[in-house]
Amino acid sequence: MNIQEIIQSPRVRWMEQQAGSESIVISSRVRLARNLAAIAFPNRFDGEQARQSMEEICAAGAAMQGQYTVEAVAFDAISPLQRQILVEKQLVSPEHAQNGSPVHGVMLNADASLSIMVNEEDHLRIQALLPGLQLSGCWEQADAADDLLEQRLEYAYDGKWGYLTACPTNMGTGMRASVMMHLPALQMSGQSRGVFQRLSQLGLAVRGIYGEGSEASGNFFQISNQVTMGQSEKDLCEYLTGVVLQVAEQELLQRQQLRQKSARELEDKVGRAFGLLRYARLMTSQEALALLSDLRLGVDMDVIKGLGPADITELMVCIRPAHLQQYSGLEMQPHERDVRRAELIQEKLRGTEHA
Amino acid sequence: MLCNECNQKPVAVQFTQMVNGEMQQLHLCAECAAKKGMKLFGMSDFSLPNLLGSLFGLKPPTAGAAPVAQEQALCPRCGSSMVDIRQTGKLGCAECFISFGEELAPLISHIHGNAQHTGKIPSRCGGSVLLLKEIEQLKLRLQEAVVAEHYEQAAEIRDSIKALEAQMA
Repeated sequence: MNIQEIIQSPRVRWMEQQAGSESIVISSRVRLARNLAAIAFPNRFDGEQARQSMEEICAAGAAMQGQYTVEAVAFDAISPLQRQILVEKQLVSPEHAQNGSPVHGVMLNADASLSIMVNEEDHLRIQALLPGLQLSGCWEQADAADDLLEQRLEYAYDGKWGYLTACPTNMGTGMRASVMMHLPALQMSGQSRGVFQRLSQLGLAVRGIYGEGSEASGNFFQISNQVTMGQSEKDLCEYLTGVVLQVAEQELLQRQQLRQKSARELEDKVGRAFGLLRYARLMTSQEALALLSDLRLGVDMDVIKGLGPADITELMVCIRPAHLQQYSGLEMQPHERDVRRAELIQEKLRGTEHA
Repeated sequence: MLCNECNQKPVAVQFTQMVNGEMQQLHLCAECAAKKGMKLFGMSDFSLPNLLGSLFGLKPPTAGAAPVAQEQALCPRCGSSMVDIRQTGKLGCAECFISFGEELAPLISHIHGNAQHTGKIPSRCGGSVLLLKEIEQLKLRLQEAVVAEHYEQAAEIRDSIKALEAQMA
């Protein structure tokens, strides 16, 4: 896909269902922060330096081959709505998308599993995004892309402090590894709070799926490493993977309990969510996300037929404001969006049954 | 209800804290709360850059240089001062790490629990020439630290040299 097609497409790589993987872990991401040695960082560069940085990085990107072939787009070349769509597909950060200038942009490969933001908080933010629990795969991909870029770029690097970044919390590896998880049973049993507390003691951060500062909505959470220095990238990924597997196991245990002890309640909860999604005429994104979480649990536990976890992931993305407006082809006020959102969900759920 | 502190103004903030498992509640008026350092409506003031920015200021420079001179020093590459960095919580360029290395080092160790990168090395810099250069620089800093009797710092530098030498091997 080219970038226009990626914007139009209902799915990109990370939204697919990973074969043989639990749908508890929705996706994995590894992000590397890099800066050019000779140019001031984006918070400090002037117009000429910004242009130079954009030019050098895009030239380095243009030389990448094979699965790392990327297409670059400057943000003045696409509309704010299209930039917002890239945010909702998790390919660009919300802050970065605020810039509509020719010196800010992104480079994406054909299935959008590789996204390189240019002149974000750092000159480069190299991101690999894959479905399911594949942190090592993400690291390998980001690492390889980083190697290719480095053939043409001289990075700001220090033997002691590693990769130098604008914000000291990213220094060292410059790596943030994260996974998106769906933990409804842990939430229901009231155990998530304790689990999250333990995670923070382990140096991991938990937040809502829409990133920093966002409330966790619909039982979807993002878990990531906090510390970026003093451990190798591989170790950090393996560590996070180990912890995530344990959290997933806890979630599975709770789901078994749910099935054994309160099967009726589970079916009721899922059925109610399904009914509302099928027949409601006004749907806010907050409500939709909460109901889709219940529906996803129903899909995982065979209460709902004719729908896969990836269909739910797709719905979660396409009901967000920018996707909804693109889908409808017009700008809408919140109330109109709620109408359109309800219609879209009904369309997508046609042919789905409650067991 | 009147403020617990001044007993004069109405309560605007209720502050609950857990101390050794015991809950303590404070009822404060806006002024007393502000004095106690709680920002009333300012959760935005608690953003990461602000938090980091203020942390940069916490640790005094380790060397004996006059703080006023340090404040005014500018990074020769990007023109950032320590004041800028404190305000934004961000470094301006790669050179800042050298210009303000001494002020930054304690904070960086504090954030990461250590201050020695052990991950990926760019292949360009992996070349032994650059490593050698770095080791030489570190050895100079080591000597300086020993002369100034900054033994903790010297030990850190020695560890860094060892790590680099291990990389070369």
